[in-house]
Amino acid sequence: MNLSQYPVLAPRAGGQAWRPSWAAERQQGAVPLAPRPAGQRPAQPLPDPSDWTFELIERYHAAIAATAARFGLDTYPNQLEVISAEQMMDAYSSGGMPVGYRHWSYGKDFLATERRYRRGHMGLAYEIVINSNPCISYLMEENSTAMQALVIAHAAYGHNSFFKNNYLFGMWTDAGSIIDYLVYARDFVAQCEERHGVENVEQWLDSCHALSNLGVDRYRRPSKKNLARERAEREQREAYAQQQVNELWRTLPTRPGKDNAAQESERFPREPEENLLYFVEKNAPLMEPWQREIVRIVRKIAQYFYPQRQTQVMNEGWATFWHYTLLNTMYDEGWLTDGVMIEWLSSHTNVIHQPPAGHRAYSGINPYALGFAMYRDIQRICQEPTEEDRRWFPDIAGTPWLPALHHAMQNFKDESFVGQYLSPQLMRDMRLFAIHDDTRQSELVVSAIHNDEGYRTLRQTLSQQYDLGAREPNIQVWNVNLRGDRGLTLRHTRHQGRPLNDDVQEVLRHAARLWGFGVQLESVNADGEAPVVLHSVPPPPP
Amino acid sequence: MALHIIDRRLSGKNKSVGNRERFVRRYKQQIAQAVQRAVGKRDIRHIEQAETITIPRKDIREPLFRHGQGGVSDTVHPGNSEHVRGDRIARPQGGAGGGGGGSQASDSGEGEDDFTFTLSKEEFMELFFEDLALPRLLRTHIASTPQYRLRRAGYSHDGTPQNLALLRTMGGALGRRIALTKAPQRELKALQAQLDALLAQDDGTSESLAELQQRIAALQARIAKVAFLDPIDLRFRSRARVPEPSTRAVMFCLMDVSGSMDQSRKELAKRFFILLYLFLTRHYEKIDIVFIRHHTQAAEVGEDEFFHSQETGGTMVSSALVLLEQIIRARYPAGDWNIYVAQASDGDNFTDDNANCRNLLAEKILPLVRHYAYVQVVQEEQGLWREYTQLAPQFAHFALRKVAVAGDIYPVFRDLFRKEGVAV
Repeated sequence: MNLSQYPVLAPRAGGQAWRPSWAAERQQGAVPLAPRPAGQRPAQPLPDPSDWTFELIERYHAAIAATAARFGLDTYPNQLEVISAEQMMDAYSSGGMPVGYRHWSYGKDFLATERRYRRGHMGLAYEIVINSNPCISYLMEENSTAMQALVIAHAAYGHNSFFKNNYLFGMWTDAGSIIDYLVYARDFVAQCEERHGVENVEQWLDSCHALSNLGVDRYRRPSKKNLARERAEREQREAYAQQQVNELWRTLPTRPGKDNAAQESERFPREPEENLLYFVEKNAPLMEPWQREIVRIVRKIAQYFYPQRQTQVMNEGWATFWHYTLLNTMYDEGWLTDGVMIEWLSSHTNVIHQPPAGHRAYSGINPYALGFAMYRDIQRICQEPTEEDRRWFPDIAGTPWLPALHHAMQNFKDESFVGQYLSPQLMRDMRLFAIHDDTRQSELVVSAIHNDEGYRTLRQTLSQQYDLGAREPNIQVWNVNLRGDRGLTLRHTRHQGRPLNDDVQEVLRHAARLWGFGVQLESVNADGEAPVVLHSVPPPPP
Repeated sequence: MALHIIDRRLSGKNKSVGNRERFVRRYKQQIAQAVQRAVGKRDIRHIEQAETITIPRKDIREPLFRHGQGGVSDTVHPGNSEHVRGDRIARPQGGAGGGGGGSQASDSGEGEDDFTFTLSKEEFMELFFEDLALPRLLRTHIASTPQYRLRRAGYSHDGTPQNLALLRTMGGALGRRIALTKAPQRELKALQAQLDALLAQDDGTSESLAELQQRIAALQARIAKVAFLDPIDLRFRSRARVPEPSTRAVMFCLMDVSGSMDQSRKELAKRFFILLYLFLTRHYEKIDIVFIRHHTQAAEVGEDEFFHSQETGGTMVSSALVLLEQIIRARYPAGDWNIYVAQASDGDNFTDDNANCRNLLAEKILPLVRHYAYVQVVQEEQGLWREYTQLAPQFAHFALRKVAVAGDIYPVFRDLFRKEGVAV
């Protein structure tokens, strides 16, 4: 079950409006210490014909909602949308977004998805959930009743509560305005295509996409603006930016008496800039206003996706944990038939399947499996702690499990979540081992396994594996040659001696198109020493 | 908990169409080449089908900065069955266990597979015909000699006498007369009764009698003034002129089935016909096809017989042309039909007949048809080819080409029917 497509942004209509209501919601939806008591046991379980009906979905939803409320799951209002397989493919190829600007790469994704689907190479996701307020979950019409119940529990309660409560989503995304912004982006790009030609816009978008991974503020929090302000500020911004840029490239002779030598040795920007698209948007001298705005759009959307790339294990694990817990509870209380149970359990088992390393089907750690196992493990540590757990997790061992679990969901991202909660018990269960791969050596070395010496190393290694900073190359804007050819220098800091892939030249060409002048990339070792120029591309043809 | 369930199934699928179009446009060149290859290979009867298009994946990659292979990496894997710390393992090929981890390789699709997708039947044909258009069709559209058809459009107050709607007119007149005379008639009747009563009483000299008679006379005059038929009663059948673009085309397939036309030559001819047919289907709603085959005598036959029966003997091309003209005159008047003729032959004709053919074409047939295409399925120049070549400069809608192998057909086709003004 590939449930990983869920665009972004948490709700907030205006700067102020959300605060009081948010506080109120928090109070009302406070997490109980233990599940609240069940209501009356139903006389008979919900019917389970394989074909769903709207009435059935409503009944299942009501039962799931009641159960979720007993566990204190705090969610946005739900909006379930029934869609067909074609629509699901449409949604797939636009990254799950309900709207988006036009670009050939989405067409490529669509064609690839369509072909694989038609040839039976892949099943479609059962659902897609969008981080918006209300939270939109897509249910596929092909799903059976049992699968719809699974999807509702998974997406409409699992993912939904994660979107609403995880700190990264709260900090970086704005569910209330994402749809508006995407509509604005689509219309703006369409206007540009009309005015400046489809090809020009397409090339420009290509270049922006190539650098979109470097269009993210990793630490600064973006300012929140609603659509109206966004639009109103655009024109101001265009005018002002142009002015700024001109200032930067001033060609007036310097007044005598100023210390020119000191100026020349000074780098611009003074501090390296990690957000390349931001830097280009603000400083590229030759860019047209519409081009700046497109850079900004791509940058914003990349930023919106940033939190979900950092919480895959947590998010999927959370949703999986809750569909498992909710549906099992409902079964125990007589809501579900055996047939429904068997059907969703079969899917569930497939989803959390983790083939061992070396297996033909192995392709890394399955985030569903790891996330699910970790939340289950936290629950276990709270409920039945062993001596070992008490040593490793004195904070939560033996405490009420619901608050502990919610705390874990709200305040971490994958990297820190693994670093905090991966228990020795789980490492043994999953039989984790770490491999040290140094290309200078002819053999790989097993650096740690699931034993006493290995636990901490394993945990740290796995945690780093989820660190986006380490997974993606570290490339920053280093310098601009202000007095000469205006060439831009990017600096790649090698992480553990790992080189860049073969796309470098191509990406640099895109960077040169954005910058308008030559671009070179130099590489330094982890200590920031011994720069070597890797590639350099000439200015783009005018 | 508030819940909305929305059924989106009927609203907008194909949201990706715009993106898909952009993709196809971007890679048009590669796709068009693939289409041409497919046309070359494809069995012509199944020409209108979807096609799988393959583009080298490296051409459509979107580049990104990523880690390459090499350097130092530490990764964690599940399912340890035999290792302890410090074990050394041979580096697996393909980098699944080492390097950046297996998942990275599969995510980014580093495999050098080709990117394959399916072009729908419509897209395929669209590309296939991309810059083809019917010869002079454009001109027809712009100069628009649209044909008009008269259609009934109710009744009107004016028109020509032969369109007079008699029943309507008389019905209207009757109604008008009744409406205008009913009240006076009623009054008249009452007065008449009074008069009769008075006459029965006295001798007819009293004042009231005279007054009554006066009023009766006035009423009668008034009634008499109501015309039996008034201009405002007239109704005419009205007809509106509705422009009716001619959407009918007839395509004549002429083929030589003499002994010298072997099966492979027939195949060539057949492809030519079918391509023309497919092309016409895109421009006309209704297309008739007439198959005329000939050796020394011509006959109109069904499609199956046309392509598959074997004949022997000499060749008289003119026989087919005569029959063609007869059929046009009898069944497909040039004013109503767009006439296309495709002729295929090996050009092997009785020498005496060649000039005859040329005259027939020039004088009788070419003025009637919209386009006449001739392909010769052998390379050497025969008598017929020479005669036809003389015609080409005089008639813009007459074209002739030589085709030797199946692969030639598509270019020939493009050449024959290329868009006016589009360089090939």
